[in-house]
Amino acid sequence: MKNLIVIIFAFLVCQANAFRPILLLGNQNLIERTCKQTPFYDLCIWSLKSNPESRDASVKKLAQIMVDSLKTKATETLDLIDELLQDGLALDPEMQKALTSCAERYNVIIRGDVPEINEALKTGDYKFAAKGANDAAIEANSCEIEFPTKSPLTDMNKVVHDVSVVAASIVKIIQTKFSF
Amino acid sequence: MVDTRPFLPVSSHAGSDPTGPSENRRKPMKLQLSIFFVLLTVGFFAALLTSNNGSDNGFVKENEHGSLASPSSEKQLRPVSRGPAVGVSEKSNRLFAKDNENQLAYPWNNSMLSWQRTAFHFQPEKNWMNDPNGPLFYKGWYHFFYQYNPHAAVWGDIVWGHAVSKDLIHWLHLPLAMVADQWYDKNGVWTGSATILPDGKVVMLYTGSTTENVQVQNLAYPADHSDPLLINWVKYSGNPVLVPPPGILDKDFRDPTTAWLTSEGKWRITIGSKINKTGIALVYDTKDFINYELLDGILHAVPGTGMWECVDFFPVSKTEENGLDTSVNGPSVKHVVKASLDDDRHDYYSIGTYHEKNGTWIPDEPKIDVGIGLRYDYGIYYAAKTFYDQNKNRRVLWGWIGESDSEAADMQKGWASVQSIPRTILFDKKTGTHLLQWPVEEIESLRLKSYEFNQVKVQAGSVVPLDVGPATQLDIIAEFEIDNEALEKTTGSNVTFSCSSSGGTVERGALGPFGLLVLADDSLSEQTPVYFYIAKGSDGKLKTFFCNDQSRSSVASDVNKQIYGNLVPVLEGEKLSLRVLVDHSIVESFAQGGRTVITSRVYPTKAIYGAAKLFLFNNATEASVSASLRIWQMNSAFIRPYPNDKESQ
Repeated sequence: MKNLIVIIFAFLVCQANAFRPILLLGNQNLIERTCKQTPFYDLCIWSLKSNPESRDASVKKLAQIMVDSLKTKATETLDLIDELLQDGLALDPEMQKALTSCAERYNVIIRGDVPEINEALKTGDYKFAAKGANDAAIEANSCEIEFPTKSPLTDMNKVVHDVSVVAASIVKIIQTKFSF
Repeated sequence: MVDTRPFLPVSSHAGSDPTGPSENRRKPMKLQLSIFFVLLTVGFFAALLTSNNGSDNGFVKENEHGSLASPSSEKQLRPVSRGPAVGVSEKSNRLFAKDNENQLAYPWNNSMLSWQRTAFHFQPEKNWMNDPNGPLFYKGWYHFFYQYNPHAAVWGDIVWGHAVSKDLIHWLHLPLAMVADQWYDKNGVWTGSATILPDGKVVMLYTGSTTENVQVQNLAYPADHSDPLLINWVKYSGNPVLVPPPGILDKDFRDPTTAWLTSEGKWRITIGSKINKTGIALVYDTKDFINYELLDGILHAVPGTGMWECVDFFPVSKTEENGLDTSVNGPSVKHVVKASLDDDRHDYYSIGTYHEKNGTWIPDEPKIDVGIGLRYDYGIYYAAKTFYDQNKNRRVLWGWIGESDSEAADMQKGWASVQSIPRTILFDKKTGTHLLQWPVEEIESLRLKSYEFNQVKVQAGSVVPLDVGPATQLDIIAEFEIDNEALEKTTGSNVTFSCSSSGGTVERGALGPFGLLVLADDSLSEQTPVYFYIAKGSDGKLKTFFCNDQSRSSVASDVNKQIYGNLVPVLEGEKLSLRVLVDHSIVESFAQGGRTVITSRVYPTKAIYGAAKLFLFNNATEASVSASLRIWQMNSAFIRPYPNDKESQ
């Protein structure tokens, strides 16, 4: 009897795991369909799914999650730039110059672009959300090409650039395909 | 075998218990497990069912409004921009381009940035500006209001700026006209229009974004009608006067127009919106600007165009060379519907007929309907708005010119955006399909020294410098004649040309490109060509294109490098004519008397101050051209705060 109970219990637990994909399928499908419309599918999926708020989110909320991710990544990059700059003795003047202007660009992303995108998403004037997101991509790109030789920020610049582009793509979906 | 009696007490002796004391210890566990299984099963099924309901809602919505999963079924109305889909940002900058030596990463110093500020285009002293609002002429002054961010050089915290001028050129800044101090405009004091009543009083209708982010329409009027400067404004105590009607979403309802009179003596306005992907213009009638009735029908709709922002609706005369009051109607009048498309950030117009009885409008040529046909301007130009200038009997057009550099540069220089020079609007009698735009004549008051060049011959593949002294503030009027023999000899081809997909001025055709190089340095390492390109079809017919090439306008990498332009109708017997206003970082170009117009923002790093020069060029392979030009140095308009006004913006 006890063995039977254990077997049944185990069976039910397996069933539960089988159910789980269906439980999440509703919104998972929206996330996947949204990310397919962006040029960086994997990054999009990963960024959205790693945020629990994406579970029941509308497309607009997915855009906001992406912008939060942009802010986080940009802040991490700026922190790294500040660290590198403090290591002043080890830096040659060109590297220092590049890092300083990168710091300015990342400040613009965090204090200019992100608030602009958020206000635009909130009030529904979506073209300004697109503008802010596209600009963030430009700032990350411009930072990367500052470095005459090896850039210490390549990976982070790429992430920030790509996240911005994904955010801009999601905004485009809101603008052109959705009514909110 | 699972016990489904979940509510038996665990340690009951009351129930039948034939197994005796040795099984007493197993029974409680069995019951606990049973309860657990049942609850588990019930719970999973419940979760399964409810989650399906939730997701169904999401799916239904998407399927109604255009499936996300089938982008291939989307009809492309116009060429897709080389945007994010190919890993390139909307500004077409190359990603991680290190191999091109001409790309400078961050050359911006204060000298370059301060050069960018214009001398005679309207702009506030600092910070961000966008849409023109409520332009009007009142008690001797032209008034101009605008979307303004008092805190930063990016969009946000929007309020209404204000300036006045006697001549649409020399502007004086006044205090902010309206700020976000009511619940119904707390999240934005957005775009609106003025209506002048028969008794001379002014009413203003504008969009507010409420504390709940709903777009509503509000009424405001001058606090003191005897103040010619209209400094203080009062918001109607019963605002909002309009909220989104049924079927229209909270965020798709903005930018009310100037009102015009109906034959019943009521006032009529239109407000842009959308239903799914169809851009529409709603129509309301009112007697007092407080109570409105929504008409059953709409003014017009065009599928696939998306949200219509800043709708404008106005009459033009088919016969006269003057403007018409917005209420004018009649047999010799056509009506223009214009919309700013949120989807592509361009302004489109179409000419047609207004049917007053039911408040509808039909385009003359459905192929060039609103949003799919002609644009006011093929460059960077948006949110345009006209007003009837009763002072000089003309219709005047304002347009917002944004930046096409990076926001980092905007924040460093402390400002962003300018307005175009106001333009008169007339119906183009010769084509019957176009409007003609031309800078208001008052701009000529800025002309200083002039230079004349007659019949300058520019051979195929050559560049001719024009010595006009400093070349950053210019008014250029030019005429071009192309070698007739080459026009006839050249073999036509089926290849289609478009400015934006061409290679710019380095792409040589038999009959073009040729025109002007503005903001160019001596070595031509930076240059902004404004030019014509004539293409001959295989049927022998000539098509003329008018383009503005930014691809080599600056060695900086973080500015827009696109090529703007469009077809320009050139009629039998017409010479190719061009007018260009150069004012530091803005270039406004008019072809064929304003039939096709291009505005661009240019950010050179070297071709600035005394190093900026002007050239004629002809990069055609076969045809030579000859050009006649008159060029004026332009004075500054000295735009500044109104004297004795302590508050500066």
